[in-house]
Amino acid sequence: MNITSNTIAWWQVMPNVLWTDWLIYLLLIAVGVFVYHARRHEHLRAPWRQILRRRLAMSSCIILLSFATIGMLDSIHFRQATDLRDDGSLRYSNESVSLFDQLVLPLKNNTEKTYSAPFATQLYSKENIEAADGSVSRDYPKLKYGGAHLDNAGRDASKDIQNRIVTATWHAALAIVLLTLLFAIWQSMKNKTQLGCVLLKMWRGEQDGLPWKTVITTLGSIILLIFLSRELATVYHVFGTDKVGQDVFYLTLKSIRTGLVIGTLTTLIMLPFAIMLGIMAGYFRGWVDDLIQYIYTTLSSIPSVLLIVAAVLMIQVLIDNNPDAFTTLQQRADVKLLALCFILGITSWTGLCRLLRGESLKLREADYIQAAQAFGVSNFKIITRHILPNVMHIVLILVVLDFSGLVLAEAVLSYVGVGVDPSMISWGNMINGARLEMAREPVVWWSLMAAFIFMLLLVLTANLFADAVRDAFDPRLRN
Amino acid sequence: MNENLITIRNLKTWFDTPRGTLRAVDGVSFDIRKGETFALLGESGCGKSITALSLMQLVPEPAGRIAGGSVHLDGDDILQYSEARMRDVRGSRIAMIFQEPQTSLNPVISIGDQIRETVLQHTSLKNDAAKQRVIELLDSVGIPDPKRRYEEYPHQLSGGMKQRIMIAIALAGEPDLLIADEPTTALDVTIQAQVLDLLKKIQADTGMAILLITHDLGVVAGMADRIGVMYAGQIIEQADREQFFKTPRHPYAEKLFASLPGDMKRGQALAVIKGNVPALTQEFTGCRFVERCDYALPVCNDTVPDWLDSDVSCHRFDPNWQKLFATQQAQQMQAESINRVEPAEELLLEVNNLKVHFPVHTGLLRRVSGYVKAVDGVSLSIRKGHTLALVGESGCGKTTAGKGLLQLLPVTSGEVVYDGMDLCRQNASTLRKLRSDLQIIFQDPYSSMNPRMLVGDIIAEGMIAQGIAKTKQQRNDMTAQLLQQVGLPVDSVNRYPHEFSGGQRQRICIARALAVNPKLIVCDEPTSALDVSVQAQILNLLQKLQSELQLSFLFITHNISVVEYLAHEVAVMYLGRIVEQGHVDEVLHSPKHPYTQALLSAVPVIDPATQQEIIHLEGDLPSPLNPPMGCHFHPRCTHATQACKDHYPQAVSFSGTHTVSCHLYATS
Repeated sequence: MNITSNTIAWWQVMPNVLWTDWLIYLLLIAVGVFVYHARRHEHLRAPWRQILRRRLAMSSCIILLSFATIGMLDSIHFRQATDLRDDGSLRYSNESVSLFDQLVLPLKNNTEKTYSAPFATQLYSKENIEAADGSVSRDYPKLKYGGAHLDNAGRDASKDIQNRIVTATWHAALAIVLLTLLFAIWQSMKNKTQLGCVLLKMWRGEQDGLPWKTVITTLGSIILLIFLSRELATVYHVFGTDKVGQDVFYLTLKSIRTGLVIGTLTTLIMLPFAIMLGIMAGYFRGWVDDLIQYIYTTLSSIPSVLLIVAAVLMIQVLIDNNPDAFTTLQQRADVKLLALCFILGITSWTGLCRLLRGESLKLREADYIQAAQAFGVSNFKIITRHILPNVMHIVLILVVLDFSGLVLAEAVLSYVGVGVDPSMISWGNMINGARLEMAREPVVWWSLMAAFIFMLLLVLTANLFADAVRDAFDPRLRN
Repeated sequence: MNENLITIRNLKTWFDTPRGTLRAVDGVSFDIRKGETFALLGESGCGKSITALSLMQLVPEPAGRIAGGSVHLDGDDILQYSEARMRDVRGSRIAMIFQEPQTSLNPVISIGDQIRETVLQHTSLKNDAAKQRVIELLDSVGIPDPKRRYEEYPHQLSGGMKQRIMIAIALAGEPDLLIADEPTTALDVTIQAQVLDLLKKIQADTGMAILLITHDLGVVAGMADRIGVMYAGQIIEQADREQFFKTPRHPYAEKLFASLPGDMKRGQALAVIKGNVPALTQEFTGCRFVERCDYALPVCNDTVPDWLDSDVSCHRFDPNWQKLFATQQAQQMQAESINRVEPAEELLLEVNNLKVHFPVHTGLLRRVSGYVKAVDGVSLSIRKGHTLALVGESGCGKTTAGKGLLQLLPVTSGEVVYDGMDLCRQNASTLRKLRSDLQIIFQDPYSSMNPRMLVGDIIAEGMIAQGIAKTKQQRNDMTAQLLQQVGLPVDSVNRYPHEFSGGQRQRICIARALAVNPKLIVCDEPTSALDVSVQAQILNLLQKLQSELQLSFLFITHNISVVEYLAHEVAVMYLGRIVEQGHVDEVLHSPKHPYTQALLSAVPVIDPATQQEIIHLEGDLPSPLNPPMGCHFHPRCTHATQACKDHYPQAVSFSGTHTVSCHLYATS
């Protein structure tokens, strides 16, 4: 194997697209199409511009985008080539990794034996250590990776951490200034204005009306965090390690994808139901309305946890009966995640559907719908051209609001034990694991803490962003 | 009598908006004497209501603020009062009634308690004495059976009754000044006559002053002692009623009169005021009306006109400038005559016994318990190139009849014969093809266009649906041509409806209807949401199109003067049925049906010489769910006999065209 390894380049990989990956790509394409469409329609562009002009919303948007970037990088899965077969074809590894795993390789591979605290250089519990001379002493063993580069970890660690923070801050500051300058130069070339003029305008917030100070501060913080983790996370465990020695920082970052998948794919699954049925009920009324109303009142009166438990068990049986279709552990976990999205989607479309039905009932009486009917425009065209664009703001507001609810729902469900597969890294599973650790003495607090911080950040920014979206799209608040 | 009750000097109310400071009220001065009615007249957006709110210090904050001026009430400047002191003024010194009685009353409190609240607040009366006072008040505003009504809730009352309750609440504090902000705009003419009469009676009894805010010259003529005309945040002319109606001086006031429709102007184009009201966010360096004025001279552009001793603010009456105007005759637009289409005899569309009933569901099982007979046997015929006006009060079913005729609502029975086919019995695809011949224009130009579509797409929608222009190029050409036809710039196609004013939007709606080459257009109150000067533009346009394209109109309206001006034939509707129809002169000048007579007499007129004795109708329009037995009109009719209560009258023919459904004229 050693002979062949140098002949295999890094790009010789086999893409391994999971089910959820496909759907994420689809979602990305949909967002792209929407952005393209919105750019060409002033009534769609104006509210978005208004959102981005608000400082808090802009900041939230940037943070959400960086979460999304991590989630995206974590959704590009492939299998690496391990060696060359005799016939010249490549043999691929059984384990598929994501692009994100490759980027943070040290985090993934630096696993300790068991618990260790954040920035620790020793394990969290004493063990019998056999010295070179054969004597056995009971002490905290040195970590395999955390602080391993230091000669005397106990003495030099804090000094080393300080040095690394200073270095990272310097690099980050340099990067921010460079980026700002590059952007300003690009703008000044584009608009044919003086560079100083552009910078002054950005400082005063007059450049395109966007809050550039906020943009630079938020982006700067993110860049700083990236540099800090590059300096620190590679040689320490910044959030400690868990029971089996995995780096908690790595786990939290990997959980982002799970949270995003639950938040977005569920919505994607629910939207067609909600939009189609809601508008149909409101527009056609009569028996169509009755039928759709019966369906959603029935569905919303069944406790959703019950449905979710039933569905998760069914999927488990399905996987057990068809072992050939789901060969790897990862595939199984992925299918279970997708099933969870489906069942969450099926139980959560009723709220939006009810809202859309009410709005369509109101719209179908609007004069412009009657005018269209007087022209003999077909029902399908009336729905797509007149009703759908006029309810889109409701859809958008509710989707963004639902997102944070779903991320939290995943954590709760995993905690109860009916959420994602236990082998899948998610905040819910981290919290579930941390539950037992909280009872330990001394207490292991960092898993819970890390999951808490990241979840809070994601949900808080999503909520703040949702607020801005609602304000911008609510016709009553527009002047 | 001549003592000033309230003196307003240089009042300024400004709004801070993202687009700059909006000077909604910009230096308004006037006095109201004790016991008189002062009318503030002006079109929408000129600052009338904001002036009234400023007097009460109810300007919506923080966007709006009173930027200067004084309001002296009996010598005290109430603008300096604190909010707590002002609360004592509101209700007891100055009270206010609003346009929409529907939204001014709290729906979950009984009307008696709502009035009592004010009584307790502003008088020393308690408990039973307060209740007694409420009943007195209800009685004084003409609510029958006030003891029983005390316990009723707003939804149990009609619009006119609610406005009476609002007046009772305003009277509870025995105010010196009553501000009436468009008190009758939301009401029908017969109800309007009742409410205006009530206001006059109360004024005579209590001697309070009334500040009447309105856009309706007819109401002003009937009510006001003195008049202030507002334009763009300023009062531009003040005068006594006689003087104002005899010789309005300011060019704007002059134009307002000229743009009113009426039978005298039939066959001529109405005068229009060109352009729009200027944006109030700008600093004015000259007269605010200059861009729309026919008399304008360079001096009007650079010098702000002062308030003259003759109570008008116009350079034409300023001794310093008068000479300039003497030589300058106004570039008066000659009343351009419109080629009025003479009725062809050819029948375009015939409606026979059309009925539109809406089922009412009640109970758990949603059983049909009755029908709202919105349209209950209407027969009409519309000739080619003709205008048939369908007149009636709100709720009489005229809009339902129009939409039922176009098959936009499910028709219960009857037939609509067009081109030899009964529209009610056509299948969907045949009907879809026929739809291009029959179009509709709506009342509210704001809600009749999809706000998310470009004007070009809105106009092209009908062409696509009807397959009229095959290629995009053809459609674009046609759209451009239509926009020119309705008097809009061709580049409007790439703009959104909200970028246009009300009148312009109505033009777009007309262009949209014309896009499919219709033969008949149902015009559902197309001008009632518009100001008088804009209304004139739209009426002119409709007349022009009729003569050019030989269009027929079914003109649904409650505005009699528009009918006089535009219509060839008139049908009067009452509670789902037509009570009288005939040629416009026959119906309007010699009405036969008691309802038509009452309706016409209630219309406020400008010329006091032509004011007839108002025939007051008792009560309100009955519910179409449960119409009265016999003639629908008999409970309100002064001529009602036993026959009227027993069965519905047959139609009686007076001439070839004039028919009436009334027992008074029964031949047998």
